[in-house]
Amino acid sequence: MAVLDILIYPDPRLKQTSSSVSNFDAPLRDFIADLEETMLAHPGCVGLAAPQAGRFERIVVLDVSGKPQVPNNGRLTLINPEIVHADGSAVGREGCLSVPDYTGNVARAEKIALKAFDSHGRERLYRMEGFEARAALHELDHLDGLLFLDRLVSRRNALFRRKNQGRSSAAKTGPS
Amino acid sequence: MKNWFMLTLVGKDRPGIVAKVSAALYRGGANLGEASMTRLGGNFAVMLMTQYEGPPEALEKIVAPVAGGLALRLHIDPIEGELHRHVEPNVRVSVYGADRAGIVAEVTGALAEAGLNILDLESDVGGSSLRPIYIMHIEGHAEGGADAVKRILEALAKEKNIEVQIAPIDTLLG
Ligand SMILES: [Zn+2]
Repeated sequence: MAVLDILIYPDPRLKQTSSSVSNFDAPLRDFIADLEETMLAHPGCVGLAAPQAGRFERIVVLDVSGKPQVPNNGRLTLINPEIVHADGSAVGREGCLSVPDYTGNVARAEKIALKAFDSHGRERLYRMEGFEARAALHELDHLDGLLFLDRLVSRRNALFRRKNQGRSSAAKTGPS
Repeated sequence: MKNWFMLTLVGKDRPGIVAKVSAALYRGGANLGEASMTRLGGNFAVMLMTQYEGPPEALEKIVAPVAGGLALRLHIDPIEGELHRHVEPNVRVSVYGADRAGIVAEVTGALAEAGLNILDLESDVGGSSLRPIYIMHIEGHAEGGADAVKRILEALAKEKNIEVQIAPIDTLLG
């Protein structure tokens, strides 16, 4: 096991598209263990995509279970992930290990269903919402060479989501 | 030694302000840092962190001709500034309501009472000229997080008949 070096933008490799995994073997699982260790080595980090560690394959590790009161699927390995359903939209703030010292607002789907293989090549279906869905979508973007910088929205659009859109929207205080 | 300055330029909006000012600074050997520029009521306002090796007078000589040509008023302040000093906001507040005197003072007074340090504020007046509305977006940092801010601001909103929304900003790192 090892903590891997993280590519930092403007490294052009972060903008390339990663290829699908076809061999679900022991070397793959060794790499995943390293990727997880790398994620855990960075306080607050809830997900990491293989290309951030210089391996251009469609592999993501994800774990938002350390956040209080955030619905989650636990610690996940997502290989060749595919969004099969997406619903709603919410703006939230994102940062990235590959983009130090900058955060910005990004609109993401609020609820997703996602199909992915685990490290043994078994296909799984996950339903995610809120923060976990945001984290998954952020990591999946890395597989296509996209950074949150590609999706920034103005603060002006960030607010007054409709009442039924997500648990963080505050109660209205007057007629609406 | 390179020093930081805050450049403020204000004047009637017209095309080319940013391009001409930044080109003059570039040619004069100044570096640009963080900036906020916006059109306010038909004027264009520039706040621009600028790094320059030399006294403010020399920097002024670089900018003054282009500012004068664009009819912009120029102000230069030496600042104790540095890049990579961002404070992450953890609370987002938005407010709207019928525009009337005191709305900003009331809201920001409540926010200060709640311990919110404003990092960014933008506001606008919309609606019709007969019945204008005031819209304000704030991002800030409160030691106690969004809950304390929410309690105080929602009480104010009820009393003053304005719409408020307070949401925690939980920044994702991935
Ligand atoms: Zn990232």
